[in-house]
Amino acid sequence: MTLELLFQYLVAGITYGIIYAIVAIGFNIIYNTTGIINFAQGEFVMLGGMTAVTLNTFMPVPLAIVAAVLITMIIGALIEIIFIRWLDNPTVLRMIIITIGLSILIREVALHVWDEKVRALPYFSGTATSSISIKGVYISPQVLWVIGICTLIVIILNFFFSHTLLGRQMRACSSNRKAARLCGISVQNMVTLSFVLSAGIGALAGCIVSPITYIQYDSGTGLAIKGFTVAILGGLGNSMAAVAAGLILGVLESFSIWILPTAYKDAISISILLLILFVRPGGLFGSREALSLKEF
Amino acid sequence: MKRLRHLHIVYMALLIVGIQVVTSATDTAYFLTQLTMSAYYSLIIIGLSLVMGYAGQISIGHAGFFAIGGYLSAFLTTYNLLPYQETGIVAFLSNAGLLVFSQDIYGTDLLTVHPWCAFISAIILTTSIAYVIGRPVLKLKGHYLAMATLGFGIIIFRIVLGSSYFGEADGLSDVPGFPLIGGVEISGNMSARIVNYYIAWGLVIIGMVLLLNLVKSRVGRALRSIHGSEDAAKAMGVDAAKYKLHTFVLSAVFAAVAGVMLTHYNGGIGPSEASVMKSVRYVAIVAIGGMANLWGALIMGSVLNFLSLRGYFGSMDDAVFGSILIIIMLFAPQGILRKGILKDLRNKLTGNPEVKQS
Amino acid sequence: MRIARLLSAAALTLIFMFSLSCTEKKEAIKVGAILAVTGPASFLGAPEAKTIEMLAADLNAKGGINGQKIELIIKDSAANPEKAISFAKQLIEEDKVLAIIGPSTSGETMKIKNIMEEAKTVLLSCAAAEVIVNPVAKYVFKTPQKDSFAVKKIYTQMKKMGISKIGVVVGNTGFGKAGKAQLEKIAPEFGIDVLISEVYDKKATDLTAVVTKVKAKNVQAVVNWSIVPAQSIIVKNMKQIGLNVPLFQSHGFGNIKFVQAAGDAAEGIIFPAGRLLVSDVIPDSNAQKPVLMKYKKDYESKYNEDASTFGGHAYDAFMIFVEALKKSGPDREKLRDAVENMKGFVGTGGIFNFSAEDHNGLDIEAFEMLTVKDGKFALLKE
Repeated sequence: MTLELLFQYLVAGITYGIIYAIVAIGFNIIYNTTGIINFAQGEFVMLGGMTAVTLNTFMPVPLAIVAAVLITMIIGALIEIIFIRWLDNPTVLRMIIITIGLSILIREVALHVWDEKVRALPYFSGTATSSISIKGVYISPQVLWVIGICTLIVIILNFFFSHTLLGRQMRACSSNRKAARLCGISVQNMVTLSFVLSAGIGALAGCIVSPITYIQYDSGTGLAIKGFTVAILGGLGNSMAAVAAGLILGVLESFSIWILPTAYKDAISISILLLILFVRPGGLFGSREALSLKEF
Repeated sequence: MKRLRHLHIVYMALLIVGIQVVTSATDTAYFLTQLTMSAYYSLIIIGLSLVMGYAGQISIGHAGFFAIGGYLSAFLTTYNLLPYQETGIVAFLSNAGLLVFSQDIYGTDLLTVHPWCAFISAIILTTSIAYVIGRPVLKLKGHYLAMATLGFGIIIFRIVLGSSYFGEADGLSDVPGFPLIGGVEISGNMSARIVNYYIAWGLVIIGMVLLLNLVKSRVGRALRSIHGSEDAAKAMGVDAAKYKLHTFVLSAVFAAVAGVMLTHYNGGIGPSEASVMKSVRYVAIVAIGGMANLWGALIMGSVLNFLSLRGYFGSMDDAVFGSILIIIMLFAPQGILRKGILKDLRNKLTGNPEVKQS
Repeated sequence: MRIARLLSAAALTLIFMFSLSCTEKKEAIKVGAILAVTGPASFLGAPEAKTIEMLAADLNAKGGINGQKIELIIKDSAANPEKAISFAKQLIEEDKVLAIIGPSTSGETMKIKNIMEEAKTVLLSCAAAEVIVNPVAKYVFKTPQKDSFAVKKIYTQMKKMGISKIGVVVGNTGFGKAGKAQLEKIAPEFGIDVLISEVYDKKATDLTAVVTKVKAKNVQAVVNWSIVPAQSIIVKNMKQIGLNVPLFQSHGFGNIKFVQAAGDAAEGIIFPAGRLLVSDVIPDSNAQKPVLMKYKKDYESKYNEDASTFGGHAYDAFMIFVEALKKSGPDREKLRDAVENMKGFVGTGGIFNFSAEDHNGLDIEAFEMLTVKDGKFALLKE
């Protein structure tokens, strides 16, 4: 194996990893304010991508993306208000089942609104074939777009959660709901906000990756499973760790193809996850002390 | 209590016989095909109900166990060993009478493992996998447990989809019938339909009796105490881990038996049987039946599968299951087949918080 | 007691349903269809269902066959074999259909093959795998062209271009599986070495790592056997990593929208296909031209989407059924004989000549080698 090839695998791995990471961040935002894992997170990605492609038929790409993100945010808010808000202290089991149901329902609605066909936005810059060559390693400009936008999202989110009042209020809800309520924070609104935020991020992800990956009514499920895997690998709730875990998983998957038949790629990544779960349920970066304080 | 329990079984048996008599009399015996198939699915569902409802552990990977049973049995009973006839292990098995010679519809000679042998191997494999995987998995809780079981299901799905021994995307076909005593066999032949209907529902009755007795016994009480509060149960000296593991394994065996039998009945199995959607569907049906309600799970399992297999939901099949799942979990998380459901609903709709629920 | 009540309610529901199904009219000729309209193979089933719905409506509007209308019963299996099995039995025994069109996938077809044989009912499968008709089962026919012919077409072209070392990449669908088997089996006949063959997930979002692995083997050409979107993703990824060797695609390639979306990347792809994709550029002398033009026009004006090869398979299945029915009348056994003895039927996939040994009826001439030129499909110049 030459050095160029090694780097080529690395680039492929980073591309996978970033995509997984951004879905995982969506999971974490909702988890952080509510303690819920939203199994319908992948559907936000799909909705964002599909809406943007549809809007793109009569408006330019940037505008279509903005509109698609806004529409998906509204859908996210509606989902929270209709299905989650009024539940009184639901069990984890119940929430898992409800969000799984939602994911199925959104997928089926998408199938009937659009159809079974595969869609994509055009490349943001250049064409599908253009690539930047760095010493024999080829990178598509869209990959740079994805990496750039994802990095930006992570930075903005970090700033939002640690330096703005709203962000801090949201974090307060996750660490202690009752205390947050006593401090005058509207927990319910914070929960809605977290759905809006993660729907928006999911939708944005759907838009920027769709030129590379294409998008279809059932694209969400696969992404959600990968995103969830990454979220747990990194430790639920930790967005920076999710990025790291995403990159690790992506690169591992990419190199696993080099050695093993591609057909087993998913089986490998899930096996890694199971092993981590059995040995370190808090994720790669979670500390044991923090884990013992957490309610699952 | 005990008498009542057995009375229900008698009612069920009467209903099973009744349906057969009515369909035969009205010349509509074809309904029995889907009823037989849904009986096997009900078998997984009551097993899952034990794990989810009584032991309180979610499993989004039960289709995996079904697939292990079905695929292993299908593989062993269709893989032609004739080219290896002279080699050591095959010759040994052949001499031991564990292999059968047969011909397919084109007249090719086949040497395959005897279905009973395949069945026993499938059950042994499922039990071992359930033990190995169950021990660490059941230590997890909540989302982690959901993810781990989901992951297990996906791994099985990927293996059957990726391996050429399991037919990749096409699955395995031409699985022979499963011989029982006296020339009776489990197969999809139209002539054997009524017999197969009784075999399938007979198995369900056996399963039900087993589980009903189990949940009313010491084990059942222990399970409920774990479900209520695992820490309290442990403090009372209940070996929670052991009970959880044993119920998990038992339900995996139920799933594998269903998988083997349905595969022989259908004459084949495909990767969709191992898919995540199938596992989710089983969870949905258990939830609709009311988690800790074996009868509810059984009734919902047979009715919904029957309707789905007959294609009444058309292209909306998944959508129907998704909607039912949400509606039940929102409005009646204890299931719909129970006393006081109407009162609960009324309270909920009028905003009367009389009934607290978990 | 509660349970007794529930059980009796269930019994009543069942009895109600029996009585419903007993009151059926018996005038029209019934034909069943088991298609994967939704689910993972919906890219096959959806256009197939649309096609036969359109054809049946047209036919009935014209008064049906010999004065009898056709009643089409479409069942959506979502590519689940257990549903296909259930539906096949249902259609045969309850609806007493004359024949069944479909299923869309090879896996489902293989599962119901024995049921059709037992029930002595004609099956016109829209699935590609060769095992469906080889060995021949008495009542089972199929309309898509054989994979082996597509492979031979490709290898013949490779010989002309002086290519002998290739890489094979396929998706993990039934289609990809069958293609890989044929590609590997036939390669030695043409003196071609398959240096690497890789299976990837049909839902894969990026195949850079796979093509990188292929690139490392220094192949002279790549053959890809998959469906959308992977068949388009691979095109882009090859160019992106600078693997600039000829790319051959399967006869499952052919969505013009993706060719347009892929832009330069798609330029120069070579693939065998039925003539539907190039119906407007084939010479007028071609016997298939009128059939193709009409189907394409009808389908595209009715559904406002491009006609696909897959819909074409269902077109052929339905029209073969209709042609046979005209000769045989509504009798399962006679219908089977009529299909088997059908010669020179002009369909979208080619000209069908069935016989007792050949239940596919197409030969290698059913394929043309096509290429992408200026964002359009064109016949490959020899």
